[in-house]
Amino acid sequence: MKELTLYQKKRKWTLNFLVDKLFTVGLWIVSLLIVALIFWLLYRIISRGLPLLTFDFLIGIPDEVMEGGGIGPFLFNSFYILIISLIISLPIGIGSGIYLAEYAPDNRLTEVIRACVESLASVPSIVFGLFGYVLFVDVFQIGLTILGASVALSLLNLPVLTRVTEEALRSVPMDVREASYALGATKSKTIIKAVFPAALSAIVTGISLAACRAFGESAVILLAGGTGTSGEMWDFNLLSPGGNLPVYLWYVQSEALVPDAKEIAEKSAAVLVCIILLMSTLLRIPVWLRDFRLKR
Amino acid sequence: MNITIEKEKKTFSKDETVNMPKKEKKAVYETKQLNLWYGDNHALKNIDLDIYENEVTAIIGPSGCGKSTYIKTLNRMIELVPGVRTSGEISYRGRNIFDSDYRVEELRTKVGMVFQKPNPFPKSIYENVAYGPKIHGIRDKKILDQIVEKSLRGAAIWDEVKDRLHTNAYGLSGGQQQRLCIARCLAIEPDVILMDEPTSALDPISTLKVEELVQELKKNFSIIIVTHNMQQAARISDKTAFFLNGEVVEYSDTNKIFSNPSDKRTEDYITGRFG
Ligand SMILES: Nc1ncnc2c1ncn2[C@@H]1O[C@H](COP(=O)(O)OP(=O)(O)O)[C@@H](O)[C@H]1O
Ligand SMILES: [Mg+2]
Repeated sequence: MKELTLYQKKRKWTLNFLVDKLFTVGLWIVSLLIVALIFWLLYRIISRGLPLLTFDFLIGIPDEVMEGGGIGPFLFNSFYILIISLIISLPIGIGSGIYLAEYAPDNRLTEVIRACVESLASVPSIVFGLFGYVLFVDVFQIGLTILGASVALSLLNLPVLTRVTEEALRSVPMDVREASYALGATKSKTIIKAVFPAALSAIVTGISLAACRAFGESAVILLAGGTGTSGEMWDFNLLSPGGNLPVYLWYVQSEALVPDAKEIAEKSAAVLVCIILLMSTLLRIPVWLRDFRLKR
Repeated sequence: MNITIEKEKKTFSKDETVNMPKKEKKAVYETKQLNLWYGDNHALKNIDLDIYENEVTAIIGPSGCGKSTYIKTLNRMIELVPGVRTSGEISYRGRNIFDSDYRVEELRTKVGMVFQKPNPFPKSIYENVAYGPKIHGIRDKKILDQIVEKSLRGAAIWDEVKDRLHTNAYGLSGGQQQRLCIARCLAIEPDVILMDEPTSALDPISTLKVEELVQELKKNFSIIIVTHNMQQAARISDKTAFFLNGEVVEYSDTNKIFSNPSDKRTEDYITGRFG
């Protein structure tokens, strides 16, 4: 047999192999634990609330003292506030993301703006709630309203949407832009027709995160929208009180006088979780469809 | 290393003693005293080069000599690099492309470009080819269908993809992707096609296909191709320009350059003494 060289003696490939295996197994265990935890939580929430759910509960008017009230106006407000806040925050958030990624010059000012957006994205939501309170209750003096809640919620989501859009666009390779320019496309055509579609999947993920966060947000709504509703179903008035389902969930759990408070809370939680799951799935469907058509 | 010239089969009606190309063909591009700087780096120096219609013009030279820079200047893609300055003039069909009222988008619809690395869009094959016509305002599905088929046939890839037009272009092999990029470029009906080392990322068989395609395309287009492969230049081009350190050392008929170069540096390069 040939004598081993120093390199052959010293190399640690058995060790490398072992470390590799351990690493893989470790990752597996961690992911399994997390998935198990999530499913356990979901199961706990849904299994308690879902069997008791009735349609009347979903559209019923809440009752202050008697048993058997519903969550109708709160549920309606949740959707209404979500939609209005998205109408405000999507164009501005995605627009500023596009601006930062594609148009902003590389200078100090842009850097500062980027840093601001980044830190705003991590500001606790209650601060945005407080801001909404000061703006609408103290300055404009319109009280706790759906409008105030929606605007405060938009402000909460803006930095996140801006960042997600910017990151998504930046991760599209330069190739794509060059190919488009070389075909005589203008900058705006290139962004709309080539870069944006290539980043769409990541942007949709961001939008769906923002939407779910808006739907489930309580701190902002508590301060800027209040804990109540006008008490009527289908109340589109922007100046009505803007309490939503998460806020009601908190209220019913901690302050309510109704005897069936616990049951209402459980059912509300189940409704919240189901809607958020449904929403994040629905929002992905267009992207799935597109990718599916491409793969065939 | 010796380069075998495979041009013997060609008819030699050309006057071998004339160094510059004969004037019977129309010039597409006339470059006059072009200089280009990347910041302080003087990358192109006093380039004078005329490029003729329905010919394949090869640009050869060692890496870093400015081949890509020059070809990207021809459709002003170079402007995407920050800090680039130019002086001098490039006329395309008689009009200076640096004129302030020359819209760069208009230039690029007449001068298509194929890149070194195949760069299809992350879209279907059909959408890749239809991209150019669509952004230029063609909506009619029937017309788009025709353009897509014609372009894919033109790029000799129709038979390979006609049953999978709506699948992702990323599913194609590298060679197919490059021909798709050529089809995408044909779809905007250009006048000139610029190719920057279009085969350097491809295997020999795909390379051959692209070379054959170039031969076919020159009937209808003027082609300028950058290559570091001298056999390729000898095989497919009519004229060859040899670049060195940002200058054109020699520019003449491909036959002449490879059989009887007038400059010592050209000879050294094509015989493989440097580069
Ligand atoms: N984007 C760039 N920024 C600065 N200098 C560059 C850039 N691209 C090329 N250069 C420089 O310009 C010269 C010519 O490069 P290039 O045209 O890419 O050469 P080739 O294509 O012949 O290999 C080189 O010195 C290179 O370093
Ligand atoms: Mg190059």
